[in-house]
Amino acid sequence: MIVDVKDVRKSFGDVEVLKGIDLSVEKGEVIVIIGASGSGKSTLLRTINNLETIDSGEIWVDGTAVHDPKAAHNVHRDVGMVFQQFNLFPHLTALKNVTLALRRVKRMSKDEAEKVAMEALAKVGLAEKAGNYPQQLSGGQQQRVAIARALAMAPKIMLFDEATSALDPELVGEVTKVMRDLAQEGMTMLVVTHEMGFARDTADRVLFVDSGVIVEQGAPEQIFTAPSNPRTQQFLHRVLEA
Amino acid sequence: MGWAGIWESRELLLLGFWFTVILTVVTIITSTVLGFIVALGRTAHIPILGPILRGYLELFRGTPLLIQILFIYFGSAYLNFTGVTVFAAIVIAMTLYYGAYVSEIFRAGFESVPYGQQEAGRSLGLSRFHVIRDVIVPQTVTIVRPPLVGQYISLVKGTALASVIGYADLVRQGQGIIDRIGSPFAVFLVVAALYFVISYPMSLIERHLEKRTLQA
Repeated sequence: MIVDVKDVRKSFGDVEVLKGIDLSVEKGEVIVIIGASGSGKSTLLRTINNLETIDSGEIWVDGTAVHDPKAAHNVHRDVGMVFQQFNLFPHLTALKNVTLALRRVKRMSKDEAEKVAMEALAKVGLAEKAGNYPQQLSGGQQQRVAIARALAMAPKIMLFDEATSALDPELVGEVTKVMRDLAQEGMTMLVVTHEMGFARDTADRVLFVDSGVIVEQGAPEQIFTAPSNPRTQQFLHRVLEA
Repeated sequence: MGWAGIWESRELLLLGFWFTVILTVVTIITSTVLGFIVALGRTAHIPILGPILRGYLELFRGTPLLIQILFIYFGSAYLNFTGVTVFAAIVIAMTLYYGAYVSEIFRAGFESVPYGQQEAGRSLGLSRFHVIRDVIVPQTVTIVRPPLVGQYISLVKGTALASVIGYADLVRQGQGIIDRIGSPFAVFLVVAALYFVISYPMSLIERHLEKRTLQA
């Protein structure tokens, strides 16, 4: 077990967005979290790498107690994250976006960091764009650079927070392809997405989150063909009809 | 018109010019450092610190620089702080006064950077220091620079108030010359021109840098 979430609760003001979440993730597992906007799925993802602090419960990531404010920062060593809005550093080239943390956090030499960064960029098919600034790249390319930036740090777990939601439809495929390749290589992944195709063919387990609780979980075939909970049925009906 | 008298007093004017330049350079540095730190403190969302810094800002931005100079100079004498020289009193007052304005410029700059940038930095494991230095600050340079230069130009002129407590700057030397040779119009014209010699190049440099960033 590489991630262990125990009875996690989180409120924003008066609104409780996570109402007692339990989740265990095995090494190499690909988990897709689905649910309506505002269901708490992104918040759940963000608590795992301490971008949101929790009100109660425990989160363990490969031995790090993320719920402990003193230890929480260690989680960034093991967890990479990809954001909906890419969040590339606009003042840095694609290469420098990737090398920054290699230099500052892993304290690599310039040559070493560039070598690792070029390998990561090659992996997402963007080695020839290393010298470009983010605004010179398409949305799909930017997101692939963002994936390379996270991968270069050699994380044990990758979190994807609606990584394709801000992309034009024709650019979604190049990003989900990179994500599929990554899953194939055995990366542990937690993916919040609206791409039901990806969930169906890549997930080991699908979680349906509604109103701050995990309503139902299981293998994709089971969730998509025979959901047992009426709320899951309703959600999938709406999403798959559209 | 007294041009000959002014020419004969050129060494005094030059001395005043350097006094003004030194005060300008020192207070640009100190007020920028103070303003930067205050802005960082205000964006850090630390419970007690926020209101304190806000109070500082309102107090020093909302009262005249002249009063602050007098208050610090005569106040420190009254309280027997012997170390506070004329120069120190002026630097302290101007640093606090202009630091307040500068902090607002930096704060606006920091807040113009989307929050996702910080989150991206943190999720890569960057320390708070590195997030600020390598991610936030570089993105604020082009936003912050024009109003900052405007503030520095205002500061150049603000140094003229230093003469009221006897700092031997351009104004003070000009007054001395007028006391001896008269011709206030000509003397103050030269003094004004010398201030312009300090402030105008700042304007030119900023315009040059702005053009360069637009081309890049």
